[in-house]
Amino acid sequence: MQITINGKPEEMQAGTVMDVLKQKDIDPHMVAVELNTQIVERDRLDTTNVQEGDKVEFLFYMGGGA
Amino acid sequence: MSFTEEQITRYSRHILLPEVGGKGQKKIARAKVFVVGAGGLGSPVALYLAAAGVGTIGLIDSDVVDRSNLQRQVLHHTPDVGRSKVQSAKEKIFLLNPDVNVETYEDRFTASNAMDYIAPYDVVIDGVDTFPAKFLINDACYFADKPLVHGGILRFEGRVFSIVPGQSACYRCIFQHPPPPGLVPSCQEAGIIGVVAGIIGTIQATEALKLILGIGDPLTDRILDFDARKTAFREIRTKRNPRCPLCGDHPDITELFEHEQEACQLQAPGALGLS
Ligand SMILES: [Zn+2]
Repeated sequence: MQITINGKPEEMQAGTVMDVLKQKDIDPHMVAVELNTQIVERDRLDTTNVQEGDKVEFLFYMGGGA
Repeated sequence: MSFTEEQITRYSRHILLPEVGGKGQKKIARAKVFVVGAGGLGSPVALYLAAAGVGTIGLIDSDVVDRSNLQRQVLHHTPDVGRSKVQSAKEKIFLLNPDVNVETYEDRFTASNAMDYIAPYDVVIDGVDTFPAKFLINDACYFADKPLVHGGILRFEGRVFSIVPGQSACYRCIFQHPPPPGLVPSCQEAGIIGVVAGIIGTIQATEALKLILGIGDPLTDRILDFDARKTAFREIRTKRNPRCPLCGDHPDITELFEHEQEACQLQAPGALGLS
């Protein structure tokens, strides 16, 4: 299926948000995930399906400031 | 309140703007902004807000200036190494604009003092460098109903967005809790290209001025991520999360608390497995 990840179209195997994270080799603890502008909390990553045409945004933690 | 001749000259480029004018400049002069952290983000925020004529700037930081700060913390100069950051900041602000009343607090921002510190202020700026402090500021602003301009930086990247409590998405709507200790590096461990602090901090200052003036479209329900390597911004549209542990429909956070400080070293790369 084709989905948009961080604004770029990408070809991914169908599955859950967790499957997409695994295909992208991203530790789920390091990001917040948004699916079509809706936050998907960590406890729902492996029960939320991603579908053709969906928009996924990965927001990595950024803790600096000083 | 009326401006002197000198002040009219000083703020003339603001007053010329129809969206600001004399009336807007008076709003700026009456405004009180609280900046948590007088470092990488706090420096450009405080300097630009001071130049803009913000009436009161509150600065809280318990640190002293370290030589490694000078690469980005432009409030502090070489002779300030070893001096209190808030004292150093107050002197620079006074030299830039003596109209500004600077309130300094050489203290840590904690769950027990946060509400008292932010109470007198109109807008709060996040310029801190730990996750526990970022979550604490978010929560305190929610409970005190104060608009907050969040900022974060790491390596070549930065993030900024504004939060109007009860109206727009808060930090916990996106990131419910801090990452597990040691997983995400701090700037101290991972480095930061100094200018990114300037880019993110000046956007924070811009948003603070817009909130004070009530003009334009605030950076709410939109997260702005910047990547200096690509010189590219990414805007992520968002909205309040009904499952937010703080501002959601069934919150479990009902009072201020501090998350534990993250460990100071990174885990070995092999430890970053998927779980
Ligand atoms: Zn929230």
